Amino acid sequence: MSLLEVKDLSISFEITDGTVNAVNGLSFDIDAGQTLAIVGESGSGKSQTVFAAMGLLADNGTAKGSIKFGDLELIGMSEQRLNKVRAEQIAMIFQDPMTSLNPYMRISDQMVEVLMQHKKMNKSDALKESIKMLEAVHLPDAKSVIRRYPHECSGGMRQRIMIAMALLCRPKLLIADEPTTALDVTVQAQIMTLLSDVQKEFGTAIILITHDLGVVAGSCRETLVMYGGRVMEFGKTKDIFASPGHPYTKGLLSAIPRLDTENAELASIPGNPPNAMTLPKGCPFAGRCAHTMDKCWDVMPALEPFAEGTRLRACHLPLEEMN
Amino acid sequence: MFNFVLRRLGIAIPTMLLLIIFSFIMMHAAPGGPFNSERPLPPQVLANIEARYGLDKPLPVQMFDYVVAIVTQFDFGPSFRYADRSVNDIIALGFPVTLTYGLWSFVVAVTVGVSLGVAAAVYHNSWLDYLAVGVSIGAQVLPNFVMAPILVLVFTLWLGLLPGGGWNGGQWNHVIMPVIALSTSYMANIARITRSSMLEVLHSNFIRTARAKGLPQRRIIWTHALKPSLLPVISYLGPAFVGMITGSVVVDVYFSTGGIGQLFVNSALTRDYSVMMGITILFGALTIFFNMVVDVLYAWIDPKIRL
Repeated sequence: MSLLEVKDLSISFEITDGTVNAVNGLSFDIDAGQTLAIVGESGSGKSQTVFAAMGLLADNGTAKGSIKFGDLELIGMSEQRLNKVRAEQIAMIFQDPMTSLNPYMRISDQMVEVLMQHKKMNKSDALKESIKMLEAVHLPDAKSVIRRYPHECSGGMRQRIMIAMALLCRPKLLIADEPTTALDVTVQAQIMTLLSDVQKEFGTAIILITHDLGVVAGSCRETLVMYGGRVMEFGKTKDIFASPGHPYTKGLLSAIPRLDTENAELASIPGNPPNAMTLPKGCPFAGRCAHTMDKCWDVMPALEPFAEGTRLRACHLPLEEMN
Repeated sequence: MFNFVLRRLGIAIPTMLLLIIFSFIMMHAAPGGPFNSERPLPPQVLANIEARYGLDKPLPVQMFDYVVAIVTQFDFGPSFRYADRSVNDIIALGFPVTLTYGLWSFVVAVTVGVSLGVAAAVYHNSWLDYLAVGVSIGAQVLPNFVMAPILVLVFTLWLGLLPGGGWNGGQWNHVIMPVIALSTSYMANIARITRSSMLEVLHSNFIRTARAKGLPQRRIIWTHALKPSLLPVISYLGPAFVGMITGSVVVDVYFSTGGIGQLFVNSALTRDYSVMMGITILFGALTIFFNMVVDVLYAWIDPKIRL
């Protein structure tokens, strides 16, 4: 059985100008101990998908469909019951470690409260356990760092602290929402290595959300490519890198800057992501795709299996014409 | 921290001197004097009286003597209006009254204002929010010189519950109406500031983290959100606190409390130079002191601020 099963998920936000459809009929699942990358540009709905799973949608947002964690239906669950799932079963780390830790509280207080809340530990046991966890994420000098305030730590240290804090209750699933975006490149690599170490050591399943395919390559077994709140392509990461099955994926891959070619110009996908208030009837990528046909505008292509059912793609363009 | 306080006290001394110099000059620049009246005194008598109070000396000398007397003997001089009374006596008479109803007003304004603001932010866009915003706007637009007679009308004349004025040594039933009249607009401001800063904090990333950690709402608000939300409130509270404990002429007049607010205005009207100066210095010193307290509180709340 899957650890987390998302079925036909739609998320919309009511704003003064109308309704924003951030996610439209999304389905995917992840097994225990697995790693899944969700890739897409800003505004593709990837963060909102996991926010919905954690019950963290903004007040004006509604989620329809189903997100099942084991037997638990997370959509529509009461805050009180969600609080037993959060941190204990599913933990989350965020994009910006600078602002995601409370700047007015010591790191010790922020970590200890998790264990006191969920594991009913007393303060001194919780502190010992927190220090142990900081050491497990290779934070040097954990005993003194834990006494600090967040602003006294570097960005990389803060993200390590966030990861340690997320792992305190040994959750089965760790959601990492663009964990490396705000960090510089060398630190990015360290954090990604740490995440895969964590996955091996604790057996935690990881959903990694990113817009950077370069980050995905070495770290996730499976990849889900999202655009306009829909799945464009799904499959093993190495297959997707070897032969992308969707024009959008192809565009994303060619947008990764390379150092080994003479071409100094950075590739990009022309145009901008669609306005989520006025999504076209058909494929959301139609406006930017190099292969657009008439029916792309009118009919949303279904997500269909290919390559002996190991991969999925949603595109009208026949596979043979992809390359 | 200790150094900070020392430094601030060091700055306070020249500030106070400047305050004294400016008040002195402005006071003497205004036409008339304490001994002018409708029936002019014979010139010889006037000259004698002015010599008795040192008013015949040049202004810089008067100022110098004044400061020296304060520094060496804490003597703010005799009142020009009430013979046999020193400024210290007059302040000792009026200040305890304003301090009493001012402190209570502060307590009421802060507790009610902060609770109202927090509730409005937490239940944003609910009836509670609209009620809190409505109450605070209402309280803010109602000036206390309108509020005070309404209170007297309702509680004294109609309901007969509270005495319409007097102080009676600060007995509780004499304190209630002055406190309501004085605290209401401060309370409204505090509620408004708390609400908007709490709303901002509740939307910040670290609150999202706290929610993702599965903490109950109550803990998120009290341990994670309240402290940072109070920062802008505290910078308002410094001057507001001084404003409250120095009382208000409206409260003193309507409720005949005999507080320092009325004494201050009277001293200006009657050119009671020494009382006017004494109260000005008191207000100035309180303002400087509580601004320093605000800075210390700031550093206590926000670890990024080092004093």
